[in-house]
Amino acid sequence: MTEIFGVPVAVILGQLMLGLVNGSFYAMLSLGLAVIFGLMGIVNFAHGAFYALGAFAALLGLQHLGVNYWAALLLSPLVIGLLGIVVERLFLRRLYKLDPLYGLLMTFGLALVIEGSLHQFFGASGQSYPVPAALRGVFNLGFMILPIYRAWVILVSVAVCFSTWFVIERTRLGATLRAATENAPLLQAFGVNVPLVVAATYGGGVALAALAGVLSAPVIQVSPQMGSSLVIVVFAVVVIGGMGSIFGSIVSGLVLGVVEGFTKVIYPEASNIVVFVIMALVLVLRPAGLFGKE
Amino acid sequence: MKLKTIAIGLAAGLAILARAPLALAATDDVVIGDIDDLSGTYADVAGTGAVEAVKMAIADFGGTVLGRKIVILVADHQNKPDIGASKFREWADQNGLSVLLGGSNTGVNIAMAKVAAAKKIPYFALGPGGASLTNEDCTAYTVHYVYDTTALANGTATVIVQNGGKSWFYLTADYAFGTQLQNAASKVVEASGGKNVGAVRVPLGASDFSSFLLQAQGSGAQVLGLANAGEDFSNSLKAANEFGITKKMKPAALLAFITNIDSLGLQTAQGLYLTTGFYWDLNDDTRAFSKRYFEKTKKEPTMDQAGYYSATLTYLKAVKAVGATDSDKVMAELKKTRINDMFAKGGYIRADGVMIHDMYVMQVKSPQESKYPWDYYKVLKVMKGEEAFGPITGLCPLAPK
Repeated sequence: MTEIFGVPVAVILGQLMLGLVNGSFYAMLSLGLAVIFGLMGIVNFAHGAFYALGAFAALLGLQHLGVNYWAALLLSPLVIGLLGIVVERLFLRRLYKLDPLYGLLMTFGLALVIEGSLHQFFGASGQSYPVPAALRGVFNLGFMILPIYRAWVILVSVAVCFSTWFVIERTRLGATLRAATENAPLLQAFGVNVPLVVAATYGGGVALAALAGVLSAPVIQVSPQMGSSLVIVVFAVVVIGGMGSIFGSIVSGLVLGVVEGFTKVIYPEASNIVVFVIMALVLVLRPAGLFGKE
Repeated sequence: MKLKTIAIGLAAGLAILARAPLALAATDDVVIGDIDDLSGTYADVAGTGAVEAVKMAIADFGGTVLGRKIVILVADHQNKPDIGASKFREWADQNGLSVLLGGSNTGVNIAMAKVAAAKKIPYFALGPGGASLTNEDCTAYTVHYVYDTTALANGTATVIVQNGGKSWFYLTADYAFGTQLQNAASKVVEASGGKNVGAVRVPLGASDFSSFLLQAQGSGAQVLGLANAGEDFSNSLKAANEFGITKKMKPAALLAFITNIDSLGLQTAQGLYLTTGFYWDLNDDTRAFSKRYFEKTKKEPTMDQAGYYSATLTYLKAVKAVGATDSDKVMAELKKTRINDMFAKGGYIRADGVMIHDMYVMQVKSPQESKYPWDYYKVLKVMKGEEAFGPITGLCPLAPK
């Protein structure tokens, strides 16, 4: 059997692979959003901007400070994560007592400011970030040519997603984080510095976005609008997975990447709306999302 | 609370009062409007660089015409046709707009052409590619100045088919510009003895092109026709390199600007065929202009940015010759004069609105061939204006066949 529904198996396998690569980015970005929303109740519209900042930090590091790709994988999320903490301390913490809408507006405005500034300094065409030497070349899988770098993206993404899930759901640190959202005053009474925990959570979520930015830098043009085109899809992924569900965001990120990949073969024109169609269906049939709790 | 309401009311009233005389004063000036993508994917192609070029043209002209001050209004259409059209209408109604310069995006420009016809205001389409602007969507006030999809296809597709690239597969941006470009290229490929194998329509601004590229590869075609622009072009070419597709298929940039090549780097872009209306390093005139432009922007001008400069001067010269900004008189003058500057030699505006001028088929140099900064292109062929833009099609009622 070499064809399924008239599509050659080789093509299906190829698209499955590419879908997983894209899904890895979705998963990592939606994971950060889910962490921030699940633990802080903030709809972080600046997520795409932090993703772009992560890529730009890597690019600038390479051009001006000689920071190579491997160091950037570590340093860029660290720097951008710290920036996230500063943002949380300066702006977001003032909004916790207000309607969640204010947090959304704040972060949306922040995204516009960040993207506008990047635009001012770097222009719209973006710049190229070279693929690190060790990851150049391709695997010939028989049914397709897979660039080594894309395989690397899947590996890193799965590792990062799993460890984040593990930390939050299975460790004492994660328990503290979750307790901070359930009952902050009580946790504070136990001597935990809750504001610090919250700030660190935001920083962590933002660092995940920055890490995704560094990972994507070698495969797409590093440009100011790289985040805004992605963040809307990622929001849909989070809604489908269930707002705030860590596990849901990872699984739905990967699955939707694959679904989108197949749409690109069957009906390419619809590939940028298929995720939203699924989101609409999920909202009608299961408003809390596939993995969300009522 | 009450005080605050009164204060707000007062402030609003003052603002309205303050505006009125300003709007009146503006009608004494010659007002050049520029509506373009200033913040999106096409912002480097024209954008703020084009605004700088218009300012240079105004300064070179002396800052005034017919004793009236020349001023420039700039707006960002955000790639949304409704924003472009309503801004144009607003300037025409309230700011005494004399001429509109339209930047990137064919979709937005089709909407703006309709306003130009309704408001009877000369309109130079400088950024868009869609040849429909001088065919189905033509108006008596439209001048399509820099390039169009017909010229791009006639240039790039002809040369590639002649060099042995017979079978084509297209990666097409799924909107007016992409489909017009693909259609134009398909016709040229067929006419020159090649064949069109297939196409995939890619939504504008897709984040990943690899799936589409695998389909292109599966088609077995020799040439990968990239009927897209801006960031889509850069990202699709990058991915084609990464997946090793460029080893088997020859990529053809149906529209690429020098800023795209600069941001991709020669390593990725080398060998690419493309067609352009302007290149900074063609002759002494282009180098002289580009040197002054570079000092202001730190980049060499794209064909759009050079076109903005040339079009502004062309318009101002026509106003001076007519002795008025009357739209119909200026259009009549524009259509009978020859354009001679750093952008066009012996260029002229045809009845359907196309500015006929030479176009250049280029090949991107390899990193070894490039000797100095921005030394990116080899001229493969200079196409005469008539060859590039083709005969009048008869689709525009103003220009019967």
